[in-house]
Amino acid sequence: MHDAARKRSLRKLRENAAQCVIYSAVMLVSAVFIWLLIDLLRGGLSHLSWEFITELPRDAGRAGGIASILVSTLLILLVAVLTAVPVAWMTAILLAEFVATGSWFGKAVRFSLYVLAGVPSIVFGLFGNAFFCVYLGLGFSILSGGLTLACMLLPILASTAEAGLRAVPHIYRLTASALGLSRAAALLHLILPAAAPVMAAGLLLGIGRALAETAVLLFTSGYAERMPDSLLDSGRALALHIFDLSMNVPGGDEPAYASALVLVSLLLCINILAMKFAYGLQRSKLMP
Amino acid sequence: MTIEQLTDPCDSFTLGPLEAGPACCDPQPVIEVKNLSLRYHGKLALKQVSLDIYKGCITALIGPSGCGKTSLLSAVNRLTDLIPGCSVNGRILVQGRNIYDPDENVQALRRQVGMVFQKPTPFPLSIRRNLSLPLHEHGVTRKAEVADISEQALRDVGLWDEVCDRMDSAALNLSGGQQQRLCIARALALQPQILLMDEPCSALDPIASGIVEDLIGRLRGRYTVVIVTHNLAQARRIANYAAFFWVSEHAGQLIEFGRCQKIFESPRHELTAAYVNGVRG
Ligand SMILES: Nc1ncnc2c1ncn2[C@@H]1O[C@H](COP(=O)(O)OP(=O)(O)O)[C@@H](O)[C@H]1O
Ligand SMILES: [Mg+2]
Repeated sequence: MHDAARKRSLRKLRENAAQCVIYSAVMLVSAVFIWLLIDLLRGGLSHLSWEFITELPRDAGRAGGIASILVSTLLILLVAVLTAVPVAWMTAILLAEFVATGSWFGKAVRFSLYVLAGVPSIVFGLFGNAFFCVYLGLGFSILSGGLTLACMLLPILASTAEAGLRAVPHIYRLTASALGLSRAAALLHLILPAAAPVMAAGLLLGIGRALAETAVLLFTSGYAERMPDSLLDSGRALALHIFDLSMNVPGGDEPAYASALVLVSLLLCINILAMKFAYGLQRSKLMP
Repeated sequence: MTIEQLTDPCDSFTLGPLEAGPACCDPQPVIEVKNLSLRYHGKLALKQVSLDIYKGCITALIGPSGCGKTSLLSAVNRLTDLIPGCSVNGRILVQGRNIYDPDENVQALRRQVGMVFQKPTPFPLSIRRNLSLPLHEHGVTRKAEVADISEQALRDVGLWDEVCDRMDSAALNLSGGQQQRLCIARALALQPQILLMDEPCSALDPIASGIVEDLIGRLRGRYTVVIVTHNLAQARRIANYAAFFWVSEHAGQLIEFGRCQKIFESPRHELTAAYVNGVRG
């Protein structure tokens, strides 16, 4: 009797200890995030204002705002996403739906995607500079930067989309075929909608990566801080602006912090949107 | 009831009387399986099966798990095309046409030969869309026509009164038995001649299973039904013919085929006798 009670209390203690370890790990992770946020807020909040968002930078960014930088960032992202998405998703559909699992072609494509995913961004920067800026003659431009970023996004988008498509239960495909639906119809009406939340999450993940990218753009879209006139203009992305302000501009710390605050808020928004969007799709796909 | 009807040999096919359909005493094959061998990655799963399925009748495929019943069904609507590593030798004639002919229209074949799976497989769409999507694909696009066919199919499976006021809600919110009946309705909406059913009741509770079973009984005569079932009592209740499969030499083989009553009451093969009496399997 006595022994059993001791055993029970021992077990309880062990359980509690395990819980403590797990909770402190979670706390540590959140603490890092909160500390980072507080640091950013303390350093940048006083500098942040509506004018900071809407004005052009002056005096190498020490004064004025980041309007032109936001526009450049947006344009670079647009170019990257609009070129990467069709290619990546078509690759994913091909790999998941039309290529036999063990075929050498599928293996080769998948292998090259893995390699591409592992390439450091600085190497993408060098390649982009050599290929888009010099060889294709696009120069330091938003187009060069966006296209290079697109190359970087390809493996992320393709592999998440492929995983999403593969996660759709095979029985849907069998059922659809048994009803005489063509593969295209099954793909369009059943499989893509079912995979959409994962594909959307992958897309937003990719946008997040692209938004935070610095090294690639340093080599390809340049760092002109003026408002871009066209896609062939050089444009400075937000992450690059932060880098430049904090490393090259004495007295640029405050605007650097404020810009970082904007960047982090954007990333947060994207993540929240991603979750909302994925959740909404999951619900709405049950509807007609 | 006249004397003639009483002595009608049809009555001896099943335990219960036939409800509808042409006389099965004049068996007219719609599906002819001829020397069918089926392999997965070169490994034999079905060996030299020859079998006729008769028009308007219910044929039950029975036998232990792994003896190739599902494989045989998927060979009949060429769902085997979708299974990696699956190869088929031999011939299957559906209404005299070899479906393994290179220029067979597989989509049309699958419209003619409907299939219902073991687990209910409604699409994650609304009830209405579950029915209309395949219809649209087969060129039935007029709204009123689609609605009519859908309603008729739902009435046929006894689901109309249960779902008519929530056609636009998610099919996945229905109960298991309702989902299975929806799947049957979805197959019926395409007006097939043949219906393949792979253990349609085994994922359902006893009450839902009973409802689906009654429904299948009512399909007799209008459709040719091939049903796989592990429930021997069910096979006895609804089937006109039964085919018994068994694994020997690592491959599924057809051991005995005949009228349901015969298979259950006076089987010719001792394996069949042991299986239907619950000694083996
Ligand atoms: N997709 C598949 N790939 C490889 N082997 C399979 C596949 N489906 C079934 N088999 C094998 O074929 C044999 C017959 O299976 P199946 O037709 O499902 O039998 P049943 O429906 O009678 O239980 C089994 O030995 C099974 O392991
Ligand atoms: Mg089976």
